[in-house]
Amino acid sequence: MRRIWAVAVKDLRQAARDPFSLLMLLGIPTFMLLLYGYALNFDVRHVRLAVQDLSHSAASRDLVASFLNSTHFDLAAALPAGADLETLTERRQAKAILVIPESFSGDLEAGRRAVVQLILDGTDAGTASTVLGYASALADRFNASLAPGLAGTEPREPLVDYRPRVWFNPELESTQFIVPGLIGFILMLTAVLSTALSVVREKERGTMEQLLVTSLRPGELIAGKMLPYLAISLAATAVILAAARLLFDVVVKGPYLHLFLVVLVYLIGALGLGLLVSSVSHSQSMAFQVGALISMLPAIFLSGFIFPIRSMPAALQAVTYLVPARYFLVIVRGIILKGAGIAPYWPDMLFLVANAALMMGLAWARLTRREA
Amino acid sequence: MGTLLHVIVKELIQLRQDRRLLPAMIVGPVVQLLALGYAANSDVTGIPMVLVDQDRSSASRALVDRFLSSGSFVLAGTEPVPALVERWLVEGSAQVALVVAPGFGERTAAGRPGAVQLLVDGSDASSAVVGMGYASRILSAAAADMAPGAGRERPGVEVEPRVWYNPDLRSRWYYVPAILALTLMLTTMILPSMAVVREKEAGTMEQLIVTPLKPWQVIAGKLFPFVLVGLLDLLLVSGLVVFLFGVPLRGSFVLLAALTLLFLSTTLGLGLLVSAMVRTQQQAMVASTFLLMVPMLYLSGLIFPIENMPAPIQLATHAIPLRYYSNVIRGIFLKGSGLEVLWPEALFLAGFGAAALGMAALRFRKRLD
Repeated sequence: MRRIWAVAVKDLRQAARDPFSLLMLLGIPTFMLLLYGYALNFDVRHVRLAVQDLSHSAASRDLVASFLNSTHFDLAAALPAGADLETLTERRQAKAILVIPESFSGDLEAGRRAVVQLILDGTDAGTASTVLGYASALADRFNASLAPGLAGTEPREPLVDYRPRVWFNPELESTQFIVPGLIGFILMLTAVLSTALSVVREKERGTMEQLLVTSLRPGELIAGKMLPYLAISLAATAVILAAARLLFDVVVKGPYLHLFLVVLVYLIGALGLGLLVSSVSHSQSMAFQVGALISMLPAIFLSGFIFPIRSMPAALQAVTYLVPARYFLVIVRGIILKGAGIAPYWPDMLFLVANAALMMGLAWARLTRREA
Repeated sequence: MGTLLHVIVKELIQLRQDRRLLPAMIVGPVVQLLALGYAANSDVTGIPMVLVDQDRSSASRALVDRFLSSGSFVLAGTEPVPALVERWLVEGSAQVALVVAPGFGERTAAGRPGAVQLLVDGSDASSAVVGMGYASRILSAAAADMAPGAGRERPGVEVEPRVWYNPDLRSRWYYVPAILALTLMLTTMILPSMAVVREKEAGTMEQLIVTPLKPWQVIAGKLFPFVLVGLLDLLLVSGLVVFLFGVPLRGSFVLLAALTLLFLSTTLGLGLLVSAMVRTQQQAMVASTFLLMVPMLYLSGLIFPIENMPAPIQLATHAIPLRYYSNVIRGIFLKGSGLEVLWPEALFLAGFGAAALGMAALRFRKRLD
């Protein structure tokens, strides 16, 4: 135990002598939280809308006003007849163009369907389909508001009284659901990269051989190497949680002890992965490449953090079962947002424990073989 | 010119000697492309739904059928009363609960609104939003069909959508070309910054400095191999984007390559700048990844649309070089834009590139003195 401690103190000193890296390890989480908190937003508002009103009637002006008053759309340009619509979307001056034909008010008064065209820039498919939804809702509302006498419409309530209720995150705030994913991603990244780089750095300098010829047993060396980074990563988790609470009002609803336990098990797996990466890398840039690729990519894209797993092709869905962040995310979302404990998620927890044991075992095997 | 050639040859040899680095430059982008290309799909299907049908009439069964036949929802289970659905949502075995209130069939038959409640697990906000959108579309269609006089054409406004550039609204077409920028930043910003610092760490930088080489020759020689790597990645990634993922390349590839070179001058300059300011490879990696790549990625509109950000952040995005390159990528791939549209982007990229390289050269010279 004393020897483990000695290695840990040595590594901690090394980390502390590099205040830049230490600052980054703790500063990055807050920084990422800010970036995600502000950049990731599913609420599409203020879409730049260009209007080509060829009807010039009171009805067409009403329709345009109902679009602009909705806060979903901002007027980007009022276009004359014959304007070059293509250049407008290519230059990104408008994301949507509403074209109201000359016959619009005549059709409405005669009680016919008045067709308006909505041209959408489909490059960003997600935003475009949301905008499409807004536009048809606005048209429905506009139709309902048409004077009852006009062309035989009578205003009436829809027959289905639909009441959606959102649990666990009623405002559907993106920050609420980002925090668990962010913890999973940051911890994986910093834990894998910091252990991998610190071991490879010692290999490059030749000090690793010095450590190996000491009377330290491999287990002691591994434990000592991991402890400082375990401590730093736990501190990083605390920083994320504190920042999320102060800046975005994200409160942990479940028990902190359970959260701590999950984070600890997840971290041990990540640190083991870092050791494994270090054992196959010869240079720091190699360790960085390999480490970033196998830690960051799955934790962001294959964990269900941003893209739903159910929408992936079956083969890729199968791969996600091997990604620890997937299980971590389920449990931590449960604890932070749903106020649950670990209990309902025991299969996920079991996987995390197995993953931690496997990673540690493999790292152990690689390190002892190296010594022999 | 002859001396510059010698430096370039030295750097190329050095790059080749690092046997494991070169595969990483190719394997990395390909793995990223495959993961993002197949994973990035914000369309949601098969949302697990728990059903509480307290009405049990033909009208309520027809409503449930609409949900299930849409393909957006699959039945995960049923419960007799709403109070029992909480366990499903907490465990995550269902993401939504559809509750049809008693009397739904009778009320709708009488022309009065019948109550339907949808309980949504909001802990995964993105698919919750999409799921609620699907549900409200299904319910308003159901309401319209049950209304008296359904099927008759009713007067009013009808919005006819015309989606340009991506008529089937495939989210993959939005995400996949973005890998190009991601790859280029990794191979031409982060890796060069680490390569230069490695020479500093190894002490060979001093040897280069005491040679009669001029500073710009050292810089140019260091950067040239990475320009080659960048262009190689451009070919590789564009090929996969077009031939594997079927994203159309509607504009000119030559223009794309030319504007990519402008973007490379920015990334190389920034990478060099980082290397001049740090002492270890680890610092170079951390600084170029987290202070440069990550903010650029998120604030450029490459993955998350700029329109949805708060106004002050939107303003800040104008200072992000990747914002302009992202416009270039999307413009050339999907919209088929030419230089007559993209000239402002070209100007900005050239400006950023000149500034980044200039600043890097300045820092570099000072260190030599």
